[in-house]
Amino acid sequence: MKRFRRHGQESHRDRIKQELYGFNKTVEHGFPHQPSALVFSPSLQLLAIGTRSGAIKLYGAPGVEFMGLHDENAAVTQVHFLPQQVDLVTLLDDNSLHMWTLRAHHGVSELLETGRFTLTGPPGAPPSVTRVTAVLTHSSGDMLFLGTEGGHVFVVEVPGFRELEERNISLENVTNSLPEDYGGRRSLEHVESLQENPVNPRQVLIGYGRGIMVIWDLERHSAVKHIPATQQLESVWWTEDGGHVLSSHSDGSYCRWMVAGEGTQSEPEKSEVPYGHFPCKAISKIIQLPTEQGPPFLFLSGGMPRASYGDRHCISVIHSKTHVALDFTSRIIDFFVIRDGPDHTGDPSALVVLVEEELVVIDLQTEGWPVIQTPYLVPLHCSAITCSHHVSAIPLKMWERVLSAGALQNTHYSKKPWPITGGQNLSPDAPQRDLLLTGHEDGTVRFWDASGVCLYPMYKLSTAGVFLTDAEPNDNMNQCTEGEWPPFRKVGCFDPYSDDPRLGVQKIHLCKYSGYLTVAGTAGQILVLELNDEAAEQTVEATVADLLQGQEGFRWKGHTRLEVREEPVTFPPGFQPFALVQCQPPAVVTALTLHSEWKLVTFGTSHGFGLYDYQQKSNVLVRCTLNPSDQLAMEGPLSRVKSIKKSLRQSFRRIRRSRVSLRKHHVNSALLSLANARLEAELAEMELAPVQRKIEARSSDDSFTGLVRTLYFADTFLSDSSHHTPSLWAGTNGGSVFAYQLRLPPVERRSEDPVSAHPAKEIQLMHRAPVVGIVVLDGHGSPLPEPLEVAHDLARSADMQGCHQLLVISEEQFKVFTLPKVSAKMKLKLTAIDGSRVRRVGVAWFGSSRSEDYGESGLTVLTNQGDLHVVSLPGVKLQVQYPCIRREDVSGIASCVFTKHGQGFYLISPSEFERFSLSARCVVEPRSLVEVPSQTPGTTLPRAQPDGPRVMEHALLNDESE
Amino acid sequence: MVQSTGVQRAKMSRHQRTPLKNTNNVVEVKSKFEAEYRRFALKKSGTGGFQEFYRLLQTVHRIPSVEVLLGYADIYGDLLPINNDDNFYKALSSANPLLRIIIQKRDVDEPVVFATNSLQRRKKGLAGLRPAQQKTKPGLMIGHPQDFRQISSIIDVDILPETHRRVRLHKHGTHKPLGFYIRDGVSVRVTPQGVEKVPGVFISRLVRGGLAESTGLLGVNDEILEVNGIDVDSKSLDQVTDMMVANSHNLIVTVKPANQRNNVVLRGSKVSVGGNSSSGSIGSTISHDLAPSPASQSVSHYSNSNSVAEGDSDEDGDIIIESDILPYLPDHCVSNGNGSHREFPLSSSLGQRPLPQSIFLPSSGSLSDSKASLNSLTTPTHNGSPTKTSSSQESMREDGNIITM
Repeated sequence: MKRFRRHGQESHRDRIKQELYGFNKTVEHGFPHQPSALVFSPSLQLLAIGTRSGAIKLYGAPGVEFMGLHDENAAVTQVHFLPQQVDLVTLLDDNSLHMWTLRAHHGVSELLETGRFTLTGPPGAPPSVTRVTAVLTHSSGDMLFLGTEGGHVFVVEVPGFRELEERNISLENVTNSLPEDYGGRRSLEHVESLQENPVNPRQVLIGYGRGIMVIWDLERHSAVKHIPATQQLESVWWTEDGGHVLSSHSDGSYCRWMVAGEGTQSEPEKSEVPYGHFPCKAISKIIQLPTEQGPPFLFLSGGMPRASYGDRHCISVIHSKTHVALDFTSRIIDFFVIRDGPDHTGDPSALVVLVEEELVVIDLQTEGWPVIQTPYLVPLHCSAITCSHHVSAIPLKMWERVLSAGALQNTHYSKKPWPITGGQNLSPDAPQRDLLLTGHEDGTVRFWDASGVCLYPMYKLSTAGVFLTDAEPNDNMNQCTEGEWPPFRKVGCFDPYSDDPRLGVQKIHLCKYSGYLTVAGTAGQILVLELNDEAAEQTVEATVADLLQGQEGFRWKGHTRLEVREEPVTFPPGFQPFALVQCQPPAVVTALTLHSEWKLVTFGTSHGFGLYDYQQKSNVLVRCTLNPSDQLAMEGPLSRVKSIKKSLRQSFRRIRRSRVSLRKHHVNSALLSLANARLEAELAEMELAPVQRKIEARSSDDSFTGLVRTLYFADTFLSDSSHHTPSLWAGTNGGSVFAYQLRLPPVERRSEDPVSAHPAKEIQLMHRAPVVGIVVLDGHGSPLPEPLEVAHDLARSADMQGCHQLLVISEEQFKVFTLPKVSAKMKLKLTAIDGSRVRRVGVAWFGSSRSEDYGESGLTVLTNQGDLHVVSLPGVKLQVQYPCIRREDVSGIASCVFTKHGQGFYLISPSEFERFSLSARCVVEPRSLVEVPSQTPGTTLPRAQPDGPRVMEHALLNDESE
Repeated sequence: MVQSTGVQRAKMSRHQRTPLKNTNNVVEVKSKFEAEYRRFALKKSGTGGFQEFYRLLQTVHRIPSVEVLLGYADIYGDLLPINNDDNFYKALSSANPLLRIIIQKRDVDEPVVFATNSLQRRKKGLAGLRPAQQKTKPGLMIGHPQDFRQISSIIDVDILPETHRRVRLHKHGTHKPLGFYIRDGVSVRVTPQGVEKVPGVFISRLVRGGLAESTGLLGVNDEILEVNGIDVDSKSLDQVTDMMVANSHNLIVTVKPANQRNNVVLRGSKVSVGGNSSSGSIGSTISHDLAPSPASQSVSHYSNSNSVAEGDSDEDGDIIIESDILPYLPDHCVSNGNGSHREFPLSSSLGQRPLPQSIFLPSSGSLSDSKASLNSLTTPTHNGSPTKTSSSQESMREDGNIITM
């Protein structure tokens, strides 16, 4: 009977779990890693990007996003939409073709792969015969022309991928049609380009690698015309009126050819090398588009003078007298032009360029061709991301202030709306305003609107201005001098080169109620900033915190402290620094916490931790946690994983150092021989044992035991159970927890009387694993609210009646202690059971998906195996477990950040965040609908072309069916 | 037996002594027999040998005809035997300056078990079990395991296949490292389908002088099958490493020895002790638990690999220091700027301050592991929690600085 009841309870609990938790990877934010192909469908208004990892991503209006992944692990080399349809064809590196479609399901479109196909040549033919180099989707929408390396053109019916052998245009057919005198019958090489006549779908132009172009009549199955270009062909463009063909070549030239008339045209109508005289690089793509009134737009990619600007990534835009060479910071993948008008046949309105690291959109209708800010595909990594911090549920006031500060930074952007508008975004409005803050290597902090599907940039804060760095701020190539040729204009924001690695941001903490922000960096700098709507000129005073506390025998071997500007600096509206702490030694800051109500900031490095009062701008407490025998902690830039290479390097350094000291001080040679012996031992170890792991208990002598991993403020019962007081908690890598009781003066004396901190407790965890999190649970077992949260009526105040509990999270286990007398109450072991270790941990609130008012607190945990766990509070019981990240993806695991509502982000590449959700209620995922254009009554029928071609098309169709 | 020892130790720990002036040549001896204490000094040089000392104690305690066992508390708090000249000198050298001698009547029925675990183990549930079982199985002793400190044991012989060996390593407060390395490798399994090669984890190296080597129970190329009762199948090398480190205070590894010649041979239900022995300077032996070990009680069957083996001796093993600071706190404790806030160094120099604190050393913990940090802990303390004395551990550096309970 009893057992039966327990079983019932368990299944009840299982049901609750199902209502609370559910794992989904929902959306990828940022810019796809290694894009390799781009295409745009004017009729769908969708843009598609293929990547080298085989992903295909579709984007329309903001919020409309689709993603697909090929099963093959091959790069996507080409993507083509079938005209007027919701299907697209991809060509992969392995020569396979794939058909994808957007299928509506429950009112939401999904991207699905519907078929795959690989060309098969005649038996015994070399693979080059069927190696696809050019793809043309015929405007009829049911034919695919595939040009190959062997020079053949294969015709395939889509969407079924049926080969239409009788329609193939073999190399022999073409060669036989060539005039006798052409080039001594040399090979034509591969098919470089296939173009359809815009006004006559019966004609297709085949451009061969060696330069010759053939206009082929599909109906008569014969050549209509030959265009004998002599240079290696790069790309071909058939002008919209069908009257001209533009060809671009590998020597940096382009030619214009008349199409009218039959036979061979021996000379181009026009031939030009735009950046001429000296040898130029190839023009890889050429587009010419007419305007209603006035001269056409010409777009050229590449063609720069080889010697002087061969390394630039440029697209030249020429319109009337205006000629600009847009200079990108990374390699150009592809570009297209969006045109005005209901049928998308009007004036060019925007140039969309996909470069390796970002998407740049240029407004062609506004004077000066400004850049339009992209709502998605934002390069998160314009400077490498070094840390991230998520703040949920930002108050509206604060949100607006950040937005307006950001708006002032974006004045150089075009005011035009986003030109890509396909699909309908059906996802519900975000339930709350969420901010994701990313810290970057160049000392900037970027604020992203992470409420919804689009990760939208809001504001950028730069901390470099506080410090003196080598680089002058106006050192860019940005300004172009008068009369410079080519007329470069720098565009794009991807700039991976950091002036000074010490500026790198390592930790961020924002108080969403007060607008106080603290940012800590690689050189032990901790800045406290305040949100100010006005620009201000101020000097930032630095306070030094000596974390070594006079410990003898240590010499810091890393970088020096950053130099602070002594003169006042003007800070624009936004977050303005007003206080600075610099740790000595200037090691990277490893933990940082702000308490805006108490006006305190605490920070830690590998040497100790400190408490800083930013109201009085003074240090309250400095505590050294360094183990006296830990020399490694003084080596400088911290590496938790010590590679053999590194340890070798250290040994060499040690030897060198000891040699230097020998010479200097004539000291014992024992040191040298010791270092030599160690080096030898290390070498021997390396040779004998390729991969082996030492099994040893952790000891207090291990390196980096003093490294501060976590810092926490709590108002709790530290000394007796009747009075709760402010307290500071610190956890180290060596499994120690230090608790300090804080004494704050009354509010009216806050600026005069000193804040004091007294040691209250120390806990040494026996297993000595690094402490990665400390949380105090109130009488109800809920985590204490954030500072000011209660004051703003946004949280229930903590229960101060019942007994508080202390939760210490180490990499190996979760342990609950009683308070105020610390004694172990319960624990959950992780490592001892399954060998995984806690890498990331956060406190989250999980709302039930069934009932609005039920929810539970829990810990969200990411392990070094890449698994996500939810651990209940206060019972520390494992609730659910999901595999999430590959365990080899160390940087992905390290980049993970949790939200307060059971979601999270991690980097899947340097430029992309994957968003996931562990909560069944709180899920942010794209929901959008794309309809087949012809079925949409609102849009005009896109094929508003003269009747002639349409008839032709029908003729073709009839042809096929016969 | 075990419990009574604990009580005795507790009494001793409460005893405060006056500091000794001259510690150079004289060893201060405090010996205890039943409820009687004797204190006397012994010259370090010219103390003679073990026999002499034995007779001296018999004289001092006036028990000339009683057969006794001698034991002493070493610096790690372990109760170690004195039964020959070597370990007698060792005992003398370890006195700093006090040498605590515990004299026990040699009892035929209940063999005395020395070593750490004997003093502190098994509070919960198992405490009563063990002596009871020992009583029912008297006289099965083969060697003299009580003469040595136990550093390892073969356990669960009765439930394991004879090709496997489950070894428990007792990591004492000694600075002796566990001392072995593991690597990836290929394991050959015989399945009904034939021989199958699967990835496995193997011992790759034993550190000379390390615990693993000195047991003689683990060898290079032994395949690791389980760690504390958990199957390592399909776990990566790093995972197995982390599991072992996490369990390092009480590591139970089940191995398939590369050398199968020294296997324990099962003869019916009888169990005989196999293995080779080696002894280091401290004295080590392979002792085989005669009674079913606690581990075997939770790991009821070999195949039940998901059950977590007993050996959770880190239960509450954390050191917690609580300072009752408020009334005593000096006002200048906090200073601005680079305030030299050094009232409370956990592991640093010898600054002493009469800060009253309680150091709470939970009882069932493997004390020896926390010992290292306690030794470096020089904060003055006093015994703030007398109720805990039953768990009293050794390690009495009686200079008034540390008292661990």
